[in-house]
Amino acid sequence: MQPHTVKHGQFCSLKVHFVVYKQLNFPTPLSRDGRRAAAPLSKMAAPLTLLFLLAVTVRAALFNSSLKELISDRVEVVSPLTAWKRVIEGLALLDLGVSPYSGDVFHETPLVIYLFHFVVDYAEVTFMLADLITAGCLYMAVKDYNKQVFRKQKFALEADRYPLDCLELIRSPKEMHYIPLKVAMFYLLNPFTILSCVARSTCCLNNAVIALFILSTIKGNLLLSAVFLSLATYQCLYPLVLVAPALLYLLQHQYIPVNFRRPNFWWLVAQYLFMFGGSLLVVVCLSFFLLGSWDFLSSVYGFILSVPDLTPNIGLFWYFFAEMFEHFRLFFLCVFQINVFFYTIPLSLKLKDHPVFLIFMQLSIISIFKSYPTVGDSALYLSFLPVWTHLHRFLRNIFLVSCLLLASSLLFPVLWHLWIYAGSANSNFYYAITLVFNVAQILLVSDYFYAFLRREHHLTYGLYLKRKDGSEAAMVLK
Amino acid sequence: MGLLSDPNRRRALINLLTRLNAPICGMPVDWLVKTMQARGLEVFTQSFSRTLPFPDENKERYMVKGTNVYGILRAPRAPRTEALVLSASCSPGDENNQAVGLLLGLAQYFRNQIYFAKDLIFLVNEHDLIGMQAWLEGYHHTNTTGMDWTPLHGRGGSIQAALSLELNSHVVTSLDLVLEGLNGQLPNLDLANLFYAFCQKLSVLCTIEGKLQRNDWDSVSGYSQAVQTMMLMVMKQASGRPWGDHGLFLRYHIEAATIKGINSFRQDKTDATTIGRLLEGMYRKLNNLLERLHQSYFFYLMPSLSNFVSIGYYMPAFGLLAVILLLRALDLWVQLVTPPPRNEERVNDIAQSCPGVLSILIPLVISHLTGVALYMLPVRFQEMAVEHFPVSETEAVVLTAIAVYTAGLALPHNTHRYSSEGTEQGWRVLKLVAVLYLAVLLGCTALINFSLGFILALTLVPVAAFVTPHVPKVLSAFALVFLSPACTLLFSVFFYQELQEMPVSFQDGWILYLSVISQGILDHYLYGSLVYPLIALLVYPCWLLFWNILFWK
Repeated sequence: MQPHTVKHGQFCSLKVHFVVYKQLNFPTPLSRDGRRAAAPLSKMAAPLTLLFLLAVTVRAALFNSSLKELISDRVEVVSPLTAWKRVIEGLALLDLGVSPYSGDVFHETPLVIYLFHFVVDYAEVTFMLADLITAGCLYMAVKDYNKQVFRKQKFALEADRYPLDCLELIRSPKEMHYIPLKVAMFYLLNPFTILSCVARSTCCLNNAVIALFILSTIKGNLLLSAVFLSLATYQCLYPLVLVAPALLYLLQHQYIPVNFRRPNFWWLVAQYLFMFGGSLLVVVCLSFFLLGSWDFLSSVYGFILSVPDLTPNIGLFWYFFAEMFEHFRLFFLCVFQINVFFYTIPLSLKLKDHPVFLIFMQLSIISIFKSYPTVGDSALYLSFLPVWTHLHRFLRNIFLVSCLLLASSLLFPVLWHLWIYAGSANSNFYYAITLVFNVAQILLVSDYFYAFLRREHHLTYGLYLKRKDGSEAAMVLK
Repeated sequence: MGLLSDPNRRRALINLLTRLNAPICGMPVDWLVKTMQARGLEVFTQSFSRTLPFPDENKERYMVKGTNVYGILRAPRAPRTEALVLSASCSPGDENNQAVGLLLGLAQYFRNQIYFAKDLIFLVNEHDLIGMQAWLEGYHHTNTTGMDWTPLHGRGGSIQAALSLELNSHVVTSLDLVLEGLNGQLPNLDLANLFYAFCQKLSVLCTIEGKLQRNDWDSVSGYSQAVQTMMLMVMKQASGRPWGDHGLFLRYHIEAATIKGINSFRQDKTDATTIGRLLEGMYRKLNNLLERLHQSYFFYLMPSLSNFVSIGYYMPAFGLLAVILLLRALDLWVQLVTPPPRNEERVNDIAQSCPGVLSILIPLVISHLTGVALYMLPVRFQEMAVEHFPVSETEAVVLTAIAVYTAGLALPHNTHRYSSEGTEQGWRVLKLVAVLYLAVLLGCTALINFSLGFILALTLVPVAAFVTPHVPKVLSAFALVFLSPACTLLFSVFFYQELQEMPVSFQDGWILYLSVISQGILDHYLYGSLVYPLIALLVYPCWLLFWNILFWK
């Protein structure tokens, strides 16, 4: 009986493979030559150029309109860390020979102020360029990632690892073809990105650095990945938590299993951490030599961690710390800040085989729980949503969440007007919307997390789960 | 319209008025300065000029030049960091002359009192709201509407509260309190309470919306009077225009109201001394404020001066209307995502939903462009219209607006030529977008100006909920037009006249309707009222989307 079943199973899987190849237009090994690979690139170049042109046109038009000043004053778009006004102030202080960190205005890093020391006349071009770089990097990274996903899926299919009823979960090249373009489009045409670019929020630069990090990680370049990660960490501290996904990805890329007893695992980790720490040290020392003082450490990182500026923004900190008694402040500061870092451990354990999804999760957690969030931070992780289009069938409350996100982002300016200008509402109204916005973001991310895990589960155990007694089973996220 | 609709007659009159502007319309500036100085105030003047985008036929003005005179009584008891304002507008003729007199009298009286801890500013503004706008912009160093004014040479502290006076005779029978300001903003309810308390104390008859309060709440007539008062307030607030000179103060976070003297045929009259005592009492109370009024309500509707309906009571009514939209959106979403009975055509489904994006985007873009046309064209093309048609500028603006509005109705047929295929999925997606759009739009509007949001919700939500391509075309098209924003405005004009107990014939109502449109556009250009751009750029395009759905192929 036993051999017969096996044989039957093999026959079935062969048939399945045949169907899959035919239906999904697999690039079979025979047809994988250079010309075929080059063809899609030239096909995508035109829409990508068009997209870039459109993005630049929109931004240039807004830069030349009267809306520019209005946008760059919005608290949703700029934070005390990233505001362009403050960069200008810092530049003026620098030109006068005063430390830009004297006083409590400027909180950007020394490298950024030296960057703008040279390109301040071309600031608008710089910000547009930063956005294009981000979009380009995300495009290439996602393209590469999709290729790998596809290759893995093919191996799994050939090794016959998927249950038979999971065919409809398998991704086809046709649906994956436009995903990189969609990612670039989601980033460049997202109103959040456009607003923060027009406001000249330095958040655009941070996003560009993070995108470069993602690209170099996905390409498997250990050194560049560590360098860009250290730059991102240097810029806004929180990207530190991206060390975990980067390591997991690079290990996977070099086929090293996560095993604490293996020396080559430790070797790669040590290598990466050394490069990361080394380049961070270099950057920090460089800043010290540029300015000749350590002022910037307390003024940038101290400012991020101790949250002294309680200007309202879209984050969770300001209201809470404005209302709190002073002697609880330190305790709750620790609680709030640990939030960002804490999720790294459980998420890394759960998603250790899917580091790119882990990057997405970490980026979203950073942008929700960081001390001075702006909409530009959310734009970065929102641009990853097209990568997970295959999860849509498992999302449970995407409609509710998108309505909430839409409504709350439009209500921000309305309630701000009522509070600050009309004087008829108060800070509670604005904070209520902040809460709604953040709850919506959390729901969105956890929904994607659930959907991702569920799809993985189905890929292992089959799509139509049965209980032991044969009735249909329901799945619960625990 | 009416009197000046003949272009030649009108142009001749405008020329005459512009030439004679100074001699006829001049305010006795020198006399005012001298009188105020004689009463011991620090007196300053501010001159301003403004050319309206098109002639205002209600007030017969086009190129406005004027001077504001204000005197500051410095606070004797405290550092001069805060101020209170008493204003009266001065216009040619006898209109409002008693207010200026009372203002000067009060200034003289207050000069001799020692208990004032806030600067008192006595402002006589010319050309009512335009002068007020110039003065407020000068005081706060802002310029939002591109008006020309000379900077103020004397300033007091930050203004905490302001009252405007309108008195036409030296005796009055009752005092009316006007609260509605620009964009439907209301002052803190405590200001109304203060006024009411002093009226009670001095036993002066007081009204709101011109309606006396009745004590028989439980009787039908008492109840209906309260409802009428509240509906009048809703209509006035929804119009978004300042209903008194105080209306522009609210924009600067200053609590303000207008007190209007009404002289009817009643026997018992109140003389100016009593009004003066009332104002003195109010100013002494305001003088005692330690911080800005903020403890009480800003969101309220008043069925009478002594009662109010708070946001907690009226917002649920709006919420229930908005829930209809949300449920409808949820229903559409469920219809869209529920896969058709499981079969092998999944690939086809995907192919079908792809052109969906384009077929939504085109109606969205076209309807918004129509909205932009409705916003831009009327004022831009008035000269051209005046050249080619026998109409005045004001008529040209209003009629162009109506023409563009009507032309927008012809659009669905145009959009369909370009959209590739109008599938069942297509209109559902479009309706989902439109319903969510309307819900968010109405929500935001209701937060800023509840009455406007509520009136729009009352008329737009039913059509938004029921319209599909499959309902009977003619009947629903009629219903849709009947409940469109423009028709809502027309009905509101009649309804408002009805509530004021001054019903008008259809002819007069139509003329009133046209002048209401021109006033709305003028309010936007002069004071930055948001109702006209809101309707033109957002509500009308949203309504067009539903029109588009009805005529989906």
